[in-house]
Parts: sequence; C-alpha cells; structure tokens
Amino acid sequence: MAQKSDIVLEVKNLKTVFFTNSGLFKAVDDVSFTVKRGETLAIVGESGCGKSVTALSLMRLVPDPPGRIVGGSVTLEGTDLLALDETEMRAVRGNRISMIFQEPMTSLNPVMRIGDQIVEAVRLHRNISSKEAQNIAVEMLRLVRIPEPARRAREYPHQLSGGMRQRAMIAMALACRPALLIADEPTTALDVTIQAQILALILDLQKELGTGLVLITHDLGVVAQTAQRVIVMYAGRKVEEASVEALFAAPKHPYTRGLMASIPAVPASGVPAQARLNEIPGTVPSLVRLPKGCAFAPRCKLAIKRCEAEYPPLADWGGGHLAACWRAEEVAEVA
Amino acid sequence: MSAALLEVTELKKHYPVRAGVLRRQVGTVHAVDGVSFSLGAGETLGLVGESGCGKSTVARSVLRLVEPTSGEIRLDGEDITHLSKTALRPHRRSMQIVFQDPFASLNPRMTAGDVVGEPLVVHGLASGKELEARVARLFEQVGLRPDQMQNFPHQFSGGQRQRICIARALALEPRLIVCDEPVSALDVSIQAQVINLLIDLQRQHGFSYLFIAHDLAVVAHISHRVAVMYLGRIVEIADKDELFRNPRHPYTQALLASVPIANPLAKKLAPLVDGDVPSPVNPPSGCAFHTRCRFAMERCRTERPALMDAGDGHQVACLLNDGTGRSNATA
Repeated sequence: MAQKSDIVLEVKNLKTVFFTNSGLFKAVDDVSFTVKRGETLAIVGESGCGKSVTALSLMRLVPDPPGRIVGGSVTLEGTDLLALDETEMRAVRGNRISMIFQEPMTSLNPVMRIGDQIVEAVRLHRNISSKEAQNIAVEMLRLVRIPEPARRAREYPHQLSGGMRQRAMIAMALACRPALLIADEPTTALDVTIQAQILALILDLQKELGTGLVLITHDLGVVAQTAQRVIVMYAGRKVEEASVEALFAAPKHPYTRGLMASIPAVPASGVPAQARLNEIPGTVPSLVRLPKGCAFAPRCKLAIKRCEAEYPPLADWGGGHLAACWRAEEVAEVA
Repeated sequence: MSAALLEVTELKKHYPVRAGVLRRQVGTVHAVDGVSFSLGAGETLGLVGESGCGKSTVARSVLRLVEPTSGEIRLDGEDITHLSKTALRPHRRSMQIVFQDPFASLNPRMTAGDVVGEPLVVHGLASGKELEARVARLFEQVGLRPDQMQNFPHQFSGGQRQRICIARALALEPRLIVCDEPVSALDVSIQAQVINLLIDLQRQHGFSYLFIAHDLAVVAHISHRVAVMYLGRIVEIADKDELFRNPRHPYTQALLASVPIANPLAKKLAPLVDGDVPSPVNPPSGCAFHTRCRFAMERCRTERPALMDAGDGHQVACLLNDGTGRSNATA
C-alpha cells in the first residue's frame, strides 16, 4: 500500500447536482477515489455519465447556478478544496491543480499570443518578472516539443494546428508544475496519429514531473494504453474501479463488460469479416428519472428483481477491485 | 470487374482559394486529387483517413452533391458525371447518404414519419395509406416502433435519430448507400447497435456501402475492402484482412500503430509519425507523405508514386513498393 503522503488527491463521497426546470439531476452521486503522485487514473463512461462534471467539481468550476456541489470532500495535498473561498481557490487553480480540455481552440484566448497566455498563467501564481516568465513560457513550449518555441510563442492560436494548440494547452497547464493535472478528453478532437503523439507526450511529461493525472475519456483503448487505475461511471455513479490490468482481464460489472464487447477491434488475423458486435440494448437513462435500484438494470441481461429494487453497494472483489453489482460473481460466466 | 456498381476514375475536386478585395485566386485546395476505385454490388468499401484527406469530398462527389473538377463517375456502367439535374434524378433514387450528425441532418419541424416518407413523396412513389404503411415498415426495419412516427426529432436519442436517417436512406430501395462517419457522433454502446443494424440491412437488401470513417476499428469491422487516403489521394487499397495484416504503405502502418488497443498488455502506443498533416493548399511535391515518412528517400521528394498492384488486388502508392527490388517497409 502506498504511503499516505504519496496521495495527491482524495475525493470522498462527492455529490454534484444540477437544478433544472425538469427536475433535479444528480450528475455526480457519491463518487470517491484517490490519485497518487505520478499515477494516472482514468475515468471512463459514455456521454452524460458524469465524468466531466466530476472533473469540473475537482476544479470547482461547476457553473452555479444551475449546478452545485452538495456533498463530499476533495482533498488536494491535504487541503479540502471544497472548504476554500473563491480567492483561495483561485490561488490553487492553475497552480496546484490544472486542467486541459477537449477543444483547445475554445479554451485558448484567440486574440492573445500563445506565449503571453502562458506568461499570464505563470505570473498569476509566481512573483517573477515578465522577462523570467517569458523564458519559462518558451521553455514550456520546448518541453511539449513544439518546434521553434521562441517563434511559436509570438503566434496566435489560429496560426497553430489542432495538435500544436493542444500542446500549447498542455504547456500552459503544466507551467506551474501542478500536483494534479486533469485532462478531459484531451485527444478526442484530434486525428489518430496526432492523438498518439499527444498521449505519448502527456505520459512522458507526467513521468518527468511526477504529476498525478486524471484522464477523462470514452475510449477504452486510450484507457488501456495510459492508465494504471480505472473508474467506470454510469448515470452519475462509480460502478466499477480496478487496476487497468484487472479491469480488462476480468470486468466485474455487466456494463463494463458490455462496453468492452461493443467496441470493434482492429483485426488481428483470423477475425471473421463482419462478425456482429455485442450491443448493449437501450440507451443511457435520463438522470432526472433514474430507477430506484441499479441504473443499468433496464439494459442488463443479468438483471433480477433485486436489481430493480435496491441499489447495489460497491463491494471489494479483492485487490481493490470494486464493483457495484448484485450479480458481479456471475458476470464472468455469463459473458 | 464487370459487376462493379460504382466506378470512380481519376476523380479530382479542386477549390479555389481567393483573397484580397478583388477576390483573386491565390491558390488551390487539392481536396481530391486523382482518386480511382470501384465498388461491387453488395460490397462495402471503407474509406479511411485523417481530417482534410478528402474522404468526405469523395463521398459527396460520388453523389454529385459536389461537382467534381474532373474525372468520371459511373453508376451501373452509366457515366453520371455530367448528367443534368433532371437526367440525374432517376439515378438519385439508387444512391443515398447517411451523414455524421443526426442532429443536423433532420428537419426539427418535421415528424420522424414525414422525414422518412419524404423521399417517397418527392419521387411520387406512394401516398396516403400506402405511404403510411411503407413508412411504418421502414421504422420496423431500423428498430424503431411505428407509433414513434408522430414524434419530432428532438424526442429521439442520438442513436434513434441515426436510425431515422438510415430509414430515410432505405426508403427508395437504393443500391448504394454512402455513409459519411455515421457512428462518429454516437456513444460506444450505441455505436455497436448502429453498426450491427447497417450490417444486417446489407445482408437483407444486398446494397453496397461506401463507408467513410476516421476510426480504423469501425472501418475494419464493417468493410470488405478498405482504401486509405492521404491528402486527396488513395495511398493503399486492399481487402480488409490483407490491409490490416500486411499494411504496405508507411502511412497505413503509422495509422495502425496509432490506434490505442483496448488491452493493457498489448504493445504500448508508439507514434510512428511526427508532425501534422500538411495543408492541401500546397501539398508537398512528389509523394505527399514524404514530409512525415520514416523511409523517405531523395526520390520521394520529386516522384509521385502511382497506385501499383502488389499482388492479390493489394494496391500501394509508394516508391518502396515499385518493383525496383526493395521489398515493403515493415516496422
């Protein structure tokens, strides 16, 4: 087991809700996890499962109204972020915890030079001269392997390609050497060859700087290739958590199993042409009208009476492999 | 092949780039730059490539939604490249398209039933009770309930909306359906449902798909043959199994190596290419891939490789495969 001091982030029973005209959404419902120094935790799930709201909650960036964090704690390096006031939070955000988003074009200021945006971020948190900050900016751009960093620092976001912009975002996010980096679908908007470059870059930098990483993605391939631990979310809840090896070797939750069976694989030789994919019937439930029991029960082949009546607790199946399913034991047999 | 349903020869589509007050032409986007392929009846040809490679322009040109700059498109042996709008109309019935975004491609003010029935009305094929019955049958075929015909698009989920688009494409019993990234906007579990539906429908009706996607795994799953595009050209085309087992073009190899495999024990990601795709306004000379290619030689800068047969219908456009004694470049 890891030393307590190794733990960068500890999230306990996080609850984030949205108040809307059609009712109360429990976007994140009782989610707990920890991230160690230098560790990558992937949060995986489909749209609306609450993975992005979880990330925004960690950053305290949930728009209020309509959203609000109504319970739990988010402890970063010993400080409960949920207890900080906005001024204190601003000193932490971008400094000890930072985030990169899916669409770099919408998160960069289009009328400000790339270098100046990094300078701004650095000088907000560190008392250094503009000249020193400039140097750090160019150094960061070099670190994310942007060719000719000094020239690129003077360019505007529209002059960079999508992959370069995402590199610039990463440079900005890491400029203050945060303890934790949150990456919300960082490569979803990128082409596959660029995605491979960016993922490799993020992992290299993480190793180099010892940053904890929370990687939010819908792509199980990305999870398998990058993470050490994985959380699977469904309808606002954590339904499974395990080491990446354990999860892919033997998923305990029928939803995880269904997800894995439904992704087409690039064929190794011998895969028959047009084999049918295993599909999960139905669609993700609306968060307003969640069933009383397990939210996945209406789509689950294994569902029994009990699943509809009672929400299954997260049980430990050994080695920190958690799953919330009444029939987790039978999942492996039934396929 | 005499059984080819669709034959595309040397298709080109160039867009002028204009600038300044006088809107003078300052350059040309070579969106599609000499693409040839054929598609047999009942076959699925996958077209893969990264953004800006011209795959969608090929799709739209085939349907004449975009007027090609030059080249020839033959449907069932008949040249439809230069047909007038009226002359093209009967052919439109045999070619349909399903777009990526089921939110943008459905009229929000029309009921789902009207959307699916519209092609039948436009072509004067059904009306009244018969129209309703046919639309209901189409709904059932794509896995929707006929009682949902009165609903509006916003009342459906993304996956169901894509089913409506598929039903609309099926209405005229086409022989060719062009699918332009039909599952890219969908969640993984829903994506599988739609892919299965497309495969089932093809088995029942025997039509052909020109299937465009950037996701290699999806293309691999649904296609019989796969063509890889880079900067407006096809760089490799082969049977699906052959292409994935024995990719010969360095770009195809790089693409395959970039796909993250959903198995933590598999080989870790190894990006085989650096840098970005060059601009199609000024594509590199010679082989367009030479700026990113691990095997680029001096010749690649000046000579443009043609698509050449490498055996078993496996065609590659790479100077390493031109029969000068160098075998294919494996990683």
